[in-house]
This record gives sequence, C-alpha cells and structure tokens, in this order.
Amino acid sequence: MVNIMEANTITKNAGTAVLEDRAHTGTQESAERKPVFKTNNFNLWYGDNHALQDINLRFNQNEVSAIIGPSGCGKSTFVKALNRMVELVPIVRTEGEILYRDQDIFNRKMTVEELRTKVGMVFQKPNPFPKSIYDNVAYGPRVHGIRKKKILDEVVEKSLRDAAIWDEVKDRLNENAYGLSGGQQQRICIARALATEPDVILMDEPTSALDPISTTKVEDLMHELKKNYSIIVVTHNMQQAARVSDTTAFFYQGYVVEHDDTKVIFENPRDQRTEDYVSGRFG
Amino acid sequence: MQLIDKNVIAKKRSGRLTLNNAMKWIFFLCTMVGLIVLVTLIVDTLMDAVGYLNMDFLTNFSSSRVESAGFYGAIIGSLWLMFVTVPVAIFLSVATALYLEEYAPKNKVTDFIKINISNLAGVPSVVFGLLGLAIFVRAMAMGNSVLAAGLTLALMILPVIVVSSQEAIRSVPSTVREASIGMGATKWQTVSRIILPAAIPGIITGIILAISRAIGETAPLVVIGVPTTLLVTPDGFLDSFQAMPMQIYAWIKMPQEEFQYLAAAGIIVLLAILILMNSVAIFIRNKFSRRY
Amino acid sequence: MSNYNIQEMIQKNKSNKGAVVEKSIPVILFLITSVSILATIGILYTLISQSLEFFSRESFMTFITSANWSPYGAEPEFGIWALVMGTMKVVAIATVFAVPVGLGAAIYLSEYATERVRKIIKPILEVLAGIPTVVYGFFAINFVTPVLQSIWPEISLYNAISAGLVVGIMIIPMIASLSEDAMSSVPNSMREGSLGMGATRLETTFKIVLPAAVSGIIASIVLAVSRAIGETMIVSIAAGSTPNASLDITSSLQTMTGFIVQITSGDAAYGSSLYFSLFAVGMTLFVMTFTMNIISQWITKRYREEY
Repeated sequence: MVNIMEANTITKNAGTAVLEDRAHTGTQESAERKPVFKTNNFNLWYGDNHALQDINLRFNQNEVSAIIGPSGCGKSTFVKALNRMVELVPIVRTEGEILYRDQDIFNRKMTVEELRTKVGMVFQKPNPFPKSIYDNVAYGPRVHGIRKKKILDEVVEKSLRDAAIWDEVKDRLNENAYGLSGGQQQRICIARALATEPDVILMDEPTSALDPISTTKVEDLMHELKKNYSIIVVTHNMQQAARVSDTTAFFYQGYVVEHDDTKVIFENPRDQRTEDYVSGRFG
Repeated sequence: MQLIDKNVIAKKRSGRLTLNNAMKWIFFLCTMVGLIVLVTLIVDTLMDAVGYLNMDFLTNFSSSRVESAGFYGAIIGSLWLMFVTVPVAIFLSVATALYLEEYAPKNKVTDFIKINISNLAGVPSVVFGLLGLAIFVRAMAMGNSVLAAGLTLALMILPVIVVSSQEAIRSVPSTVREASIGMGATKWQTVSRIILPAAIPGIITGIILAISRAIGETAPLVVIGVPTTLLVTPDGFLDSFQAMPMQIYAWIKMPQEEFQYLAAAGIIVLLAILILMNSVAIFIRNKFSRRY
Repeated sequence: MSNYNIQEMIQKNKSNKGAVVEKSIPVILFLITSVSILATIGILYTLISQSLEFFSRESFMTFITSANWSPYGAEPEFGIWALVMGTMKVVAIATVFAVPVGLGAAIYLSEYATERVRKIIKPILEVLAGIPTVVYGFFAINFVTPVLQSIWPEISLYNAISAGLVVGIMIIPMIASLSEDAMSSVPNSMREGSLGMGATRLETTFKIVLPAAVSGIIASIVLAVSRAIGETMIVSIAAGSTPNASLDITSSLQTMTGFIVQITSGDAAYGSSLYFSLFAVGMTLFVMTFTMNIISQWITKRYREEY
C-alpha cells in the first residue's frame, strides 16, 4: 500500500519540472494514512485551454489536505473535478484517472449522484437554499429518499451540532436561512453537507466571503471534522493552510509544483517557486 | 496664443442652461401624458357610470332594455373562461420555460423554439381569434363555447407567461443550483425542489399579469362569435357564454345613448377587477423578492 | 454519532425509478414545449389554407392591386389597399403622436428623474399598458372624438384622428419603457465623461446617450408600430366601417382588423367568399406585423451595443 508511487515523478511539461508527491512517503506512520483520493496523470481542458496538466496527487483519510496557489492556477477546477461538478461547464474535457477509494470516478459503474453523495462540497460563497434552516439541512437526506420525521429531526440536530451552529439556530429552525449572517449561513451550508454523512468534504475557499471571527469558527470546525471525515480545502490564504492542514499541495499554472506535509511546504520547500509563494513574493 | 476664447464659452453658457431646463420640463410633461390620460379616462368613465353602477347591474342578465340590463352573465362567463385559460396556459408555459431554461440543449432547434415564441408574442390578438375560429370552433366543432375561447386565449397569453417565467427561473442564482447538485441531487430533484419553489413568486406575478390581459381581451372573442345576449350562465365547458369585454363592446356599439352608460359601468367593474389583480401581483413581487 | 447510518440508508433507497423519471422529464417537457410550435403551425396553416380557398374564388391580382373594398352585393370587389390605407392612416397618426411623447418620457425617466419619481411613474405606465383596448375604444368615441369635434367641427363621429391618437396613447408605455431600458443600459461612465467636461444633461442625452441607445430605441418603435397595426378594438369602435383609400383623416374609414371584427360580429355565412376573405385579410395583417417583429429583433441582435 505504502510506497507505491502513483505520482511517478518529474514529469516534463513545457520545461516545468514537477516534483513527486512526497506527502505520503514522509516520515512517520505512513502505513496508517489510507488514501481516499488518488489521481493518475489527470488532465483537464476548458475548450483549448489546458487548465490542469498531469496531476498526480493523493489525499488521505481523516486529514485536512490544503490546496494553495495563485488565482487562476487551477486549484478550484481541480477540487471541482473530484466530485465531477466541473462537468457543469459544457466545454470541459478530461483525461487520466481520478480514483475515489480505488474506484475510477469517471467509470460508468458509479453515477455522479452516488459520487456526490459520498463526496460533499462546501462552496466559496455561502449558498443556502431559499428555505428554512431545517429544510436546508434535511435537503440531502430527503432527496435520497429518507422521509421519516424522526430520523430527519435527529440528522438535522446532529449535523447542526457538528457544524457548531446548533446553539445559535435551535430556536428558529423554521426561519428562512437567508435571515442569518454570512458566517452562520456558511456553517449551515457545512451542516447541509454533513447531513448525508459524506466520506469526503471538498471545500472551495470556504472562508473567502467571511469575516475574521467567522473564519476562525470555520477553521476550528475543520479541525473537529477531520476526526470523522476527510477534508480537501482550497484556500487563497496561506496562513489558513498552515493552521488547519496536514498536507499542502501547491498549484501553479495548472501543475502541481509540490505536495508534501504542510510543515515541509511552509518551512522547507524543495521548489524555489513554492518558497517564493509561501513567503509572499507573488500571488 | 489662446485657441479657446473663454468669453465666448461664458456667454453661451446661460443659453445652454436655459435650454436644458426648458427641455427638462417638456420631458416631464411627456411623462405626465400617461398619468393625465389615466386620470381623465377613469374620471370620465366614472361620471358616465355613476347612475348605473348598482346591485341590479351586478345581478341582472343582459337585456335589450336599458333599465333591466346587467353584467351578471358577463361576469360569470368571464370566470368560466378563466377556468379554462388559466390552468391550460400555466401548464403549457411553465413547462416550456423550465425546458428552455433547464434542459434545452444549445442547438438550432432550441434557437428556433425561442424565436418562435417571441414571434408568437407579436401576433395580433385578432389573428389568434382567426386561429380559434378555424381550428377550435369549426374544425374541432367546439362552437362558440367556453372551451374554444379559453383555449384560444391560453395560446395567446402563452408567450407572455413563458418569457416572465424564464426570467424568474434565470434569476435563481447558479450557486444554489450547484449546492443541490453537489449533494448528489439529480437534475429533476434540483429543478422541482429548489429552482421552481424559488422562482414561484416571479412566475405567479407573470401569470397574474397575463391573466389580467386575457380577461380584458376582446378581439378574439368577437372573432370566435361569443354571444352578447344570453339569459343563462354556462353549465359546462362546451356551453355558450358571455364575457365582460364582449358585453362592454356590444353596449358601446348600441345606438341609444343610455347603453354608453352601461358600458361605462361595465368598464368600471372590469377595471376594478384588473386593479385588484395587479395589486396582488405587485404585493407578491414585493413580498417575496429575495435577497440572494 | 447518530443512531442511524445515513449513507447505508441512502444506498438502500437507491432505485431505478429515479433514473426513469430523470430520463423522461426532459422528453415530456420538450413535448409540451412543442405546443408553442404547433400554435404557430396552426396559425400559418389556418391563414394559408383559408386564403388559398379565398383566392380560388376571387382574383388575387385584384386583391393586391385594387383600392376598392366592397365585399357585399352581387359583384363584390376585394381590393386590400382600401383597408391597408385605413390601417396606415391610423398607425401614422399614432406613431407621430406616440414617438415624441414616448421618447420624451423615456428621456425623463432615464436621464432626469430621481429614483423616487421613477418608482412612482413606472407602475403608472404599467397600469396604462394593462388597460383593455375595448376601454380605450370607449374613451376614444365618448371623450376624444367629442373634444376634437368641439375644436374642429368638420370631423365626423368616426375618423382616423381620434382612433390614431388613442392607439398612440396605447403604445406610449411600450415605447417609453423599452426605450428607457435601452438608455439605462448605457453605462454611467459615458455620461460622466460628457458631464465632466461641462456639458449639460440635455447635451449629454442627445450627443452621448441617444446615439449609444439608438438601436434599442428604433427596435422599440418598430415593435410599437407592429402593435398599432394589429390593434383591433379601438379602431373597430372609433374609426368606422367605410373602407376607402383616401388620405382624409377626418372621415370614417376601415382598417384590416376593423373589417375582421365587423364581419365576425355579424353573420358571414360559413363557406362564403366573405368568410374566406377574413383569412386573406388576416394573412396580410400577419405578414405585416411579422415583418415588423423580425425587423425589430434583427435590429436588436445586429446592433446590440457591447459596453
């Protein structure tokens, strides 16, 4: 299991050397780090624009994996490819493999609906449905055919508790979610994603529209959530990546420049560009 | 050397400002033309109607004698008409709008459908009447029934509701759509549980405005041959019926002056209903306009 | 942890029913959508087939060249120009009246009015646009015509000028609101560029805003003219029923739409030439309004301003 290097290294792409994925060959207990997602030479085009090039990555269970990089580097596109949301753009074309728990997500055996039930998503801007708080959180279980009031009640409460917002909203579950503040809305969205008990939660810059206090709350939440879930978070905020994540991947112009334990990326990166970026010299 | 003579500019300035001010008032007057006409129309009609607008008018059937002529048959007939027009129009238009906004592929067929709908919106109502006359009244042998007229009007207001529903659906932000799809909801689950409910206030507003257009529409009813003197209300959708605008038109056409007052009374009733419907539409629009 | 394993329940609930629904919904919606196409086909089929029937009885050449429309009697003559002229007179008067007033209102609303004034006036325009045309017809014959007669006694009870003015009133809201949309979409930066040099509002409007919005304005006028051509009740009530091709605007005339209403409110025996003439007139009307609508759409599309 361990030292198989899916990311078999140093691919040459228009002169850009790509370093191998070291995040999982690292020092300690790598045997226990079970992968949830692996990509093999994954490529993606928007029309003629080669947006993602030969991505070889691996993300582990019960970890927070951060993806950083300057805007336009493909990090959002990549995370949206993991639950095939990227296919909502009609001109998208992909090549290569993305394995979720060793199953190719583009394989016909797995429907997109099934994949997205297991791989939930939290978006950049809070996007609650124009419904009550309760209906927002119960939406996922309901669309998947769970209708018993007793079960739904329990799921809603548990999800809201896990998203650390239960105490703030428990007395107004029937009010419209649009009445909440941005930070609360985002935590409702997280609760909504938790309600189907997904395996992996993708977060696409979940705090970029939030104030600092709400940001802290969401970051604390990620820490809590990784006990039961695996989290892949895209962030434009390097301090956030440093604070919350176990591993960090640095994307640059559609390539993965470096993927390693977060500590290594921030303290001892191997690539000059990574060092320039994390030290704030560009981006 | 100075290329620009500042004195000339200064001298011309006051003239330019005066012209600006004068034109501002002219433009304002143009804007007021609508309001003036509206007030004149309502006051003039009310003054004609005032002696004739009473309970008898609302409860009597039409008659060739002014004293006993009333609007009852027309009011009930218009209601019957709407019982056909409204459900048919809503069913067809909302489904069409959903298809065009959510499912239609980007291709020539879709473009054709869209162009077709906007052209249908520009077809004069009297031509819809000819369609109704040839197809529903004659070819399908429905006669001048509630059903024939109702279907004709439904086709006439279809493009109006389609366009307003499309706008309402389009105004549901794509982030909300993504959230639903991102949870593994299917397309139809997303459409039926998220998008449609969110778009409903806008759709209803459009529907009410379209109905208020249908309820006052006269030309297609004339062409279909809706009767103006009838002493019964319909019992079924295949019966003949009267309609408010049709009755008003018949009274206007009568040579005796008294019938003009009856027409005025009918107009006031019709306008009152339309204003009520418009107020409901505006209320819904304001109450449910969402902050996304 | 919860007492329930949600993912397990979700797996259990998976069924093929959903997939069938997903597949059939777009097909069903497409079928319903095609009703709108059926309506167009219905209109075209009706007009064309019945017109062909008409032209198998009456001369097509007379129809498109003669200006004598006398459909009754033993020797009827169907010369469409009498009706087209009637329509043209009314539409011309309506346009001459409505375009300046509608544009003036649009300029006021877009360039001068405060947000508050706009919020009061726009609903009034909406109400005006929603008044049934039979009501406008009543207004024309019982208010406008008497007023005109008191100023200008030679005007007969049925005439082009009263009908034309009221049709004009009917299309003012359309011109005003569509032109206002076109002008409002001219970006403020362009206005600021002009105002910033000391130009007045008026100069800015005429030299910057109107030229930039001209395609939208023309499209709105063409659309309004098309609406005026198809307007039926006002002309049926106020313009009379005397088909003639004269240029006189003070006496009775008949429009295409007026003819259709006159014949259908009486008894045109089914199967007579008179009955089929309805569809030949309807066809002419349809071709005219359709052409105007296409021109309007073409202008909007061709000259869409990209800011």
